This record gives sequence, C-alpha cells and structure tokens, in this order.
Amino acid sequence: MDDIAIRVRGIGKEYRIGARQQSYRTLRDSLVDLVMSPLRRVAGVLRHSSAGFGPSNDSIWALRDVSFDVQPGEVVGLIGRNGAGKSTLLKILSRITEPTTGSAEIRGRMGTLLEVGTGFHAELTGRENIYLNGAILGMTRAEIARNFDEIVAFAEVEKFIDTPVKHYSSGMYLRLAFAVAAHLRPEILLVDEVLAVGDAHFQNKCLAKMEEVGRQGRTILFVSHNMPAVTRLCPRTILLGEGGVQMDGPSHQVAGVYLSSEIGNSAEREWPDVAKAPGSDVIRLRAVRLRGKDGRVAETIDIREPVGLQMEYDILQSGYIVIPHFSVYNLDGIEVFSAVETDPEWKGRRRSAGRYVTIAWIPGNYLAEGTLLVGAAANTVNPSRMHFWERDAVVFCVIDSFDGDSARGDFPGELHGAVRPLLNWTTQYFSQNGTGPVELD
Amino acid sequence: MNEPQIQSFQTRAVGAEERASGSAAIIRIEPSRGWVSLKLGELWKYRELLYFLVWRDVKVRYKQTVLGVAWAIIQPVVTMIVFSLFFGRLAKIPSDGVPYPLFNLTALVPWNLFSNGLNHVSNSMVDSSNLIKKIYFPRLVVPIGALLSGFVDFALAFIVLLGMMLYYGMIPTVNVLFLPLFILLTLITSLGTGLWLSALNVRYRDVRYIVPFMIQLWLFATPIVYPSSMLPEPWRTIYGINPMVGVIEGSRWALLGTNTAPGPIIIVSSIAALALLVSGAYYFRRMEKTFADIV
Repeated sequence: MDDIAIRVRGIGKEYRIGARQQSYRTLRDSLVDLVMSPLRRVAGVLRHSSAGFGPSNDSIWALRDVSFDVQPGEVVGLIGRNGAGKSTLLKILSRITEPTTGSAEIRGRMGTLLEVGTGFHAELTGRENIYLNGAILGMTRAEIARNFDEIVAFAEVEKFIDTPVKHYSSGMYLRLAFAVAAHLRPEILLVDEVLAVGDAHFQNKCLAKMEEVGRQGRTILFVSHNMPAVTRLCPRTILLGEGGVQMDGPSHQVAGVYLSSEIGNSAEREWPDVAKAPGSDVIRLRAVRLRGKDGRVAETIDIREPVGLQMEYDILQSGYIVIPHFSVYNLDGIEVFSAVETDPEWKGRRRSAGRYVTIAWIPGNYLAEGTLLVGAAANTVNPSRMHFWERDAVVFCVIDSFDGDSARGDFPGELHGAVRPLLNWTTQYFSQNGTGPVELD
Repeated sequence: MNEPQIQSFQTRAVGAEERASGSAAIIRIEPSRGWVSLKLGELWKYRELLYFLVWRDVKVRYKQTVLGVAWAIIQPVVTMIVFSLFFGRLAKIPSDGVPYPLFNLTALVPWNLFSNGLNHVSNSMVDSSNLIKKIYFPRLVVPIGALLSGFVDFALAFIVLLGMMLYYGMIPTVNVLFLPLFILLTLITSLGTGLWLSALNVRYRDVRYIVPFMIQLWLFATPIVYPSSMLPEPWRTIYGINPMVGVIEGSRWALLGTNTAPGPIIIVSSIAALALLVSGAYYFRRMEKTFADIV
C-alpha cells in the first residue's frame, strides 16, 4: 500500500515532569538544597542528563501506541478531551517534537497550522507580515506574491496593508493571520483549533474556507472541540483518549460516542431499581430514550427526520392528573423548547397506578444541527408538584447533510439559531427595470 | 448521506497524488538515537525562510529608537575613545607602531561583530520559542539568522573604520584581500560558540546571564587593547587557540599592515574555530529534539 498519505504506527510520547510532588520539606532541607543544588545541576549539565533538574523518574505518557492510516484526500477529525494527546500527536506529525516510540510516514508536501499568525511581528506592516508569515508556514516568495491580493482581500485590510500591525484591531490582526494561513496549499494539512479564535462571524468565515479547502481533495487532519464543525468538515473522526485511539469511524458515530462519554449520558437511560429511580412516592422515572423514525434507539438524527423523546414511568398511587414534559437544551445552554404532553386521551384524566410510556415526536426539519440534551420531568396538577426533573437525562446529535434538501439549501457555511425550520419560501423574478412581476408558468 | 461526497474527494485526490508522485517526498518520523546528521541539504531548502528571518531582524532592530541605526556606529566609536584614553594615553600600551585609536578600532569592529553575534545567537532559540513550538523548520535556521542579522551593523561600523584609516592616512596593502577570510573566521567563531550556548540556554536559562559576563572576560583575553606581540613565542602561537586572537591579529595585518607575522596564530585560530563550529552544530542537532518540549 504505497498510496497512504499518513501512516502512523505505534507512536508514543513520554514527557518527563521532574519531581513535582515532593514530600514535606524542612527549612534545613531547603537550605542544604540551596547550597548543594547548583553543584548537582552543574553536574547534571555535564552528564547531558535529560532532566537536569532533580530526579527524572517522574514521567507521563501523553500518547501510547497510536496507529492509524489516512488515505490521500481524506478529511479526518481528531477529537478527545483536554490532555488526550491530540495536540501532542499533531506536533509529532508536524515534526515539531519527536516521538519516544513508534514511527510515522507522511507522503506529500505537508503544512501545519497550530495557530494563526505564527511569527507575526508587531512592528512590521501588514504587507511585510504576510511575506514573513507565509515564509514561516512554508510558502515560497513566488507563491505568496501570487496569492497576495487574494490574501489582502480575504482579510479585508486593504486600507491598512502598509500600517504596522501593532496599530491593527485584534479583529483585523486575526483576519490577516488567518488569511495567510488559508492560502497555504500543501497536499497534507494538519490543523489545530485555529478556528477557536475571533468572533462568530470570523469563525464562520474560517470554517467555510476550511470546507472549501477540504473539497479540493487535500488530505486534512483537523483537531477541534467544536463537534458540529468536525461532523460537518470530516467524514471520518478519530477519538483519542488516555493517550490512545479509542474509536475510529464515521464522524457522527464517533462524535456521538465522545459526547455521551463526555457528558456521561447517551441516547438511552434506565433506572432498573425503582427505589433509586428519580421521583416521589407518587411517580418514578424508569427510563428515557431517543428514538429515530424507525423506532430504534438512535444517538444521531438526520436533521430532516423526526426524533422521538420517550419516557417510561411508574405511577405508584392512583388518582392523580399527571403531566409529563420534556425540555431540550443545546450545548450553548439555550433552552430550545419545553413541551408538555397534550395527548387528548389523558387530558384532565386521573391515572391509575402502573407503567406508562409517553413519546413526543419532534418533526424533521425543526431542530438545528448540533448536540442536544434532553431533560425529562413530570408534574401533578392537584396538588401542584414536580415529582422528578432529570436535567440531562439523554443526549443526541443532529446532523445536517449537504444534499441540498435540508433547510440549509445550498448554503455551505454555519447557520445559527437554536432551531432550523424548513420554511415555505417563494421568490419571484421581476423584470430588469422593476416595473412589475413577470408571469411564470 | 455523505457517501457520494467522500467518494469524489478520494478519486480526485488520488489523481493529484499520481501527478505529484514523481516528486512526492516521504517524511519519516521516528525517535532519533545518538548523534544525528546535520541535514545541511534541508537547511539549504529553507534558505528563503532564513532570508526572511534576517530581513525581519534587520528591519525591526532599531524601530522605536531615537538614534536608530546610528547605534551601530556609536557603540564601537565610544568604546574606542574610552579605551584610547585609558589604555593608549594613560597606560601607554604599545600598539605595533600604529596610532592607538586606529589600532583599537580595527580590533573593535570585528570584535563587535563577534560579540553581538554571540549574544544574539545564544538567546535566539529562547527568543524564538513561539516559532519553535508551533512550526517545523530546521532549527539551525534560527541561530544562523541571528548571526547574519548583525552583519548590517558590522558593515556600517566598517565604513567608519575606513574613514578613520583615511584620516590617519593609512592605505591598506594587498594584504586586504585576506580580510574576508578573517570576517568569515569571526562568523564561524561566533556561530560555533553561540550554537553551544543557544542549545544550553533552552534548558538552562543561566546562559542568558553568563553570556554578557563571558563576553566581557573574553574581550580582555583577546588582544584588543594590547598587541599579542607583547607575548613571547611559543606562547603567542598557543594564544591563537582563542580564535578571536587570529581574527584581530589578522585584521590588523590586512588593514594596517602591522608587521607581526600572524600566520601561525591564524592557522591555530582557524582550527580552533572550525572545531567550535562542528562540535557546536552537532551538539545543537543532538539537543534539538527536546527544544520544542522544554523551551
């Protein structure tokens, strides 16, 4: 197999962290150390000891035995919680630091983007910084000259191009920095969370640019915390955890697993022991599930398809009017909606004891893409009382495709808002001089 | 639902790979062991980056200073005046038959190239830590760039030196053709020492405090305020182990025509300087793998 773009085999990285957790020390120890340690350190220098400061037996493995392949043209996401080794892996692949074990092979011209504006100098003008930063990112002078106008236009800094960047606003500075990076055209691109800077408008612009680059058939390894961005940019995602590859597969699946492990919840939650289930001596919650249109439990939902919120509960005492309800939150903490049960069969009707299953269907083309958290609750009317309220009971992920028939139409960028309804749009063509509507057949 | 798109990504990319496969570079990443190669070929490939780093340093060096580039001249001239007063006038130190100020400035100009270079090179890796942690390039580019950016200052100071020679009516002989050799020797000494110190500086920030002190001592260990002809042979030749001795004696011989027969000193100094450069470069490359982790 000679056509693999990135081949990673058993990569491991050990960091020495010195003696961080030293035990109790007396002042005398400290004084002795004060006198002795310069001598010891000098001795350490001469021995080329790899950790000149103190004992070196303390080490952590940031990565351990990481292996995967990336085919040319693949756009692969790399996710994992903080400290999972994502950035370390990217630094090894971009040759900034060496692995302790294992090997990797990269075929093709490689570019790295661990931050935007690396090497920018405040005293230099925008023009000078474009050339400097371009050279640092690995572009030739001819390449930069060719793309110069485009970079300036993308950054929207035409007027200030000959002003030192120290006089730029932070927004202008970031735009210019990203504009240079966005015109880097290697065959293989390694990107860290460079999109996590700037305002929302700027982030959208960056993301759209990244999408454009991805469509040009380049191999991209993309590290991010922004799950909607990962699922949108990358068909495939690798989940890193505890220094190793925990999962490698289609992005929406991996993102779903990651989110559910991160939040500790998934699309299905049960309380098998009634005594420990949330609730009161009147009602107890027994299970919350998310169902796709085929009725199966589903963690990821196509934006165009309905999703069912289902709760199972035991009513332990007869004679109450019970109102089950759901609240749905997105990852920004916004409550997208709350809905109470409106099934006419149970309206105003006292319920007898037993197991109940309530399901509420959210129509397709209603929720916005992203991760959603579902809270389940039940009230009684008389006496008015909330019996349980399980805030993040289940979690699911809504995926927006690019097939053109979702509410995003042909728009490739990020759409905001907590919901994304498919509205009833009409557009009429008026004649060129605007005198009146043209009859359409 | 994304399937068709993925397919088209891949087919297109394979085509691109085929086009590029003629020159497709394979980068192998694995732990290095022991002494590693200097990779001078790769260094050459990054010469454009070297150019831009030098260009940046030169452009930025005297920004926001009142006197600007005049500093490049003030430094050696003021030092020369002070040294001429104390060592020439008061201490009456001999100067190989040349007016003392000229004798002194001829040494100070290459000395400043050396000491400023050493200072910049020693701190270069630490000062460029944000680059080193964020992007790959042959790390040797940084110290070499720091060394070369001092060359503009040297050129300006050298013009002042030529003016001084005219003032004293001193016309250089054909020996002046050897001058580039001594400038090269200065750069080699500065870079060789600086490579050792810059690599050490990454781990031990003490270097930042050692360097100015070391330069001060080194100045007096070099025949700048006095002629090496004060020493008897064979000590004078052995003195050449300090490569700057060869540089200074050579420069005086080339520019002022001092009749001190510096040949043996220069040979010893050249060997010492090359030993410093080669050992410094290998030490630097050996330590390089840890730079990004600890800088």
